[in-house]
Amino acid sequence: MRRKGVNYSKYGYMFTFPFVLAFVVFSLYPILYTAVIGFTDMKGIIPKPIHFLDNPFQNFKELLFDNASFRKSLINTGLLWIFNFIPQMVLALLLTAWFTNRRLNIKGQGAFKVLLYMPNIITASTIAVLFSTLFAYPMGPVNSLFQMLGWSDAPIFFLQNKGTARGIVSFIQFWMWYGNTMIVLIAGVAGINPALFESAAIDGANGFQTFFRITLPSLRTILLFTLITSLVGGLTMFDIPQLFLAGGPDDSTLTTSMFIYGQAFKGSYMYNRAAAASMIMFAITAVLSGFLFYLMRDRDEARLKKAEKKYRKAAEAAVREV
Amino acid sequence: MAKVQRSSTVNQKISRTIIYIVCISLAVLSILLFWIMFVNATRSTPEIQSGLSLIPSTHMMSNLRVLLDKSFDPWKGFLNSFIISSSATICTVYFSSLTAYGLVAYNWKLRQPFFTFILCVMMIPSQASAIGFYQFMYKLHWTNNFLPLILPAIAAPAVVFFMRQYLLATLSMEIVEAARVDGSGEFSTFNRIILPLMMPAVATQAIFAFVANWNNLFMPLILLTQKDKYTMPIMVSLLRGDIYKTEFGSIYMGLALTALPLFVVYFLLSRYIIAGVALGGVKE
Repeated sequence: MRRKGVNYSKYGYMFTFPFVLAFVVFSLYPILYTAVIGFTDMKGIIPKPIHFLDNPFQNFKELLFDNASFRKSLINTGLLWIFNFIPQMVLALLLTAWFTNRRLNIKGQGAFKVLLYMPNIITASTIAVLFSTLFAYPMGPVNSLFQMLGWSDAPIFFLQNKGTARGIVSFIQFWMWYGNTMIVLIAGVAGINPALFESAAIDGANGFQTFFRITLPSLRTILLFTLITSLVGGLTMFDIPQLFLAGGPDDSTLTTSMFIYGQAFKGSYMYNRAAAASMIMFAITAVLSGFLFYLMRDRDEARLKKAEKKYRKAAEAAVREV
Repeated sequence: MAKVQRSSTVNQKISRTIIYIVCISLAVLSILLFWIMFVNATRSTPEIQSGLSLIPSTHMMSNLRVLLDKSFDPWKGFLNSFIISSSATICTVYFSSLTAYGLVAYNWKLRQPFFTFILCVMMIPSQASAIGFYQFMYKLHWTNNFLPLILPAIAAPAVVFFMRQYLLATLSMEIVEAARVDGSGEFSTFNRIILPLMMPAVATQAIFAFVANWNNLFMPLILLTQKDKYTMPIMVSLLRGDIYKTEFGSIYMGLALTALPLFVVYFLLSRYIIAGVALGGVKE
């Protein structure tokens, strides 16, 4: 035991140092810098020294109250996310309930998983351009199909319609992600104690009851995780709407990320406005994640901890009295 | 009683049929769209405009020629994407493993706060810092350089989180102690003994890091403005430009070329990828 005196704790700092360095240089500093730019008048192609505005919050105020395009981009992002997330969750939960139901014993699950997950791995840009080509006007595969089936007599200009354009963007997002969500949820179900399902079966619970009373509550943490990752992914949605219709028609698929990109990198060089918009997006992400963590926190555990604390205090008081 | 049993098996048969129909149509949807893409890559533009077909035609080479004539250089894009993605992947898995090992193997004062910090920064979207990042890189004259797309990969909080969970479950400190007795330094213990032990986790995370970097559009689009530095997703965005307006055959050809490497990788590794998605989700 002569090595007992060696203190290894310095290696903990050494081994985590590259991570910290890269994080500070490439994430923390750029975020703080973005925040600072948000309060300045930095615009134009030639970089200028930092000059704060007389009213530091002017960029934020203009964005939130005077900029219709930015407000529209926030609403669009929300709409596109909701119309992809709800069907995605419903379908993923349904498939999970089917695939994990032993009484149904669905065959070929491996092949189904491989095929349903496939769209997720293909470049989103490729899929976006593919869809815009499929819906081409006046001649495109979807138009040919509609005419072949006799659903329409004349070619339809699908992408001229705001609702259709939004619907397709939501659909692409939904289609790319339901397989992923399903696999995550199935893995979550596999981690649930089998004794719970057995006792439910002995008590005569049917498929619905087992799913809603046992499976869903046990998946709470995983549902939270999926919700947050999907939320952050949805708020930063860029590739698909950008390459599908570049925000059109009439800005109906313009998302917040595209707004930021457009302000800074498409010829107008409004870095200050783009930076302020980034900070608003960041704040929304942070608040929503925090709120979700709070909502989905393990209430039983929190209560247990509280009770434990109370008990310990009581015990301490008792000891002191003695 | 028997009647009840029979009706329940009949019900089960019906619901099983419905389930198979739904699953098979979803699978067909997954295949069909990409199938149309590959088939249309082999058809001429007039053929594509005359209607939908699921049978390949013979115009693959002419489509490819039209595509390459318009200064679309998929090989260059492929090479650029490959350099960026593989370097970033190596950075991500190596340094995340190192960080996770530092978190698990050593007992240091700031260990718990550091882990909490990683949990908090896991969700920060890269778009939130893009403006500051671009200005910073502009000042360093690092735009049109691959380094700003590779070096940030060293700090990948989600991967560190995954590696930590893996190490907590598999690492036995006795191996480390034995290496110490044999006179191995801490750093070489990690490289020679721990890293090989972590290979299953490294492999899964490497696949995902590679695909994520390969598919990334936002950052390369901001930073790379020279044509010979373009990555695959930027090349795809060129296909939407005016020069291809009526050349549908070559647009499909370009899309097929950018997607092909991913299909090959996916069908070779799909088992590991599915297992990796499943593992990545169970973060408890």
